[in-house]
Amino acid sequence: MKLNTMKRPKLFGTVAALAIAAISVFFISADHLDGPGVSGTSSDIADFYAFQSPDPNNFVFVANLQGILSPGRTTEQAIFDENVLTEFNIDVDNDLLEDFVIQAIPSGDYMYFFGPAAPVQDQNRSQLLSSIARDSVLISSVTDVQIAEVNGKKFFAGPRDDPYFFDLNQFNEVINNEDSEGFDNPGTDRYAGLNVLSIVVEFPKSLLPSGTVGVNPFAPDRPIYNVWVETKRRR
Amino acid sequence: MKNNRYKFLFAAVLISVFLVQCDDDENGNVIFQETCSDGIQNAQEEGIDCGGPACEPCGEFLDLSGIFVQEDQAGRPEINSIFGSDGFRDDFNTTVPSQMGFFYKDRFQSKLLMDINPDYTTNVLAYNPEEFATFLSTDVLWLAETGETSYYDGTNILTGRSLEDDVVDATLLFIFGGADGTENPEFTSDNVPANDKPFSPSFPYLAEPFQE
Repeated sequence: MKLNTMKRPKLFGTVAALAIAAISVFFISADHLDGPGVSGTSSDIADFYAFQSPDPNNFVFVANLQGILSPGRTTEQAIFDENVLTEFNIDVDNDLLEDFVIQAIPSGDYMYFFGPAAPVQDQNRSQLLSSIARDSVLISSVTDVQIAEVNGKKFFAGPRDDPYFFDLNQFNEVINNEDSEGFDNPGTDRYAGLNVLSIVVEFPKSLLPSGTVGVNPFAPDRPIYNVWVETKRRR
Repeated sequence: MKNNRYKFLFAAVLISVFLVQCDDDENGNVIFQETCSDGIQNAQEEGIDCGGPACEPCGEFLDLSGIFVQEDQAGRPEINSIFGSDGFRDDFNTTVPSQMGFFYKDRFQSKLLMDINPDYTTNVLAYNPEEFATFLSTDVLWLAETGETSYYDGTNILTGRSLEDDVVDATLLFIFGGADGTENPEFTSDNVPANDKPFSPSFPYLAEPFQE
């Protein structure tokens, strides 16, 4: 175990820092690695969001991984897999090929980010963009929130409330034609009270060339990007 | 292990004592400084752009090697879970968007009309079955460069996906709602209209995790 695997405490004062440091040591010593509830699903994408920031000059991309983490031990022990690359893809010219990517790869206590920049890859195979400057953020814990802000970009990686709201069980019955009565009212939010591991990136739109008009028939005059997220495992 | 624990505690104490918080946003979250990438040792860095409270630790090793092979993908919400079938969900997840339409349009159309809604003829997007399957099978999210983001609010249509968007109701509306959205009202909303926790108005926007 390395010293730099320790979470850095947020300081309210020396006493609080000592207490948090001691707690951190205890958790790391107890079990630093994945619990049975999260192993084997480290590349599973739960959800993807892409939206204009409250600052209209910026975009926000969110990838949620390893969905449905119960509060407590399962969330505290959930970790990002160091062999899984999360890659946001941006197609500018509507040929469905990514022109820019934002890569996120964890190592030690940090999540490292590359981009947005042109990819070096064959679509479903990627390499890290090692020739360009990278950004990083300390991976947050449940109680220690870390945000990095560099050159107009913002980064977060760590546990969050699962933002999805959804009556999953009823939905499956309806989609599979097993329920002719329709949905319950009110429905039951399957994701209530549960957490997820999130990667959140905010970046200036000015880092991208303009999108393509005419792609979205419901907003024909607004330039559009095709965006999606992928997880890829190191081989 | 006990000795190690004391070493960690001692180190943690040292780090804690010498740490100086560099900046705060209104939430009290630690913000990294911009000096970490300027190529000179400044602020409280222990080396060039490393160490100190704000930057990556000096000597932190990031393995840049390897080829990363795709295992999962996501564009629009709930596409694969609805229109995928056992036997090709995994394949769909590793198919690049430029090939999705070719491989999956017919299968999605068949799934729509054979399994999900045999009465489907059109929807609020005015897509006939083939157009709807074409739209769905290329699983990328449209993101408008400017203006409000909404998956579907009746005014902003498919301009991205924000945290507040009720994408489940939108998807149900597209599948079951018919041309004006009024058909099959018992199937066009799951009656879960919002998240169980309010989102944050500032980065990272998602709410804090639940604790025990």
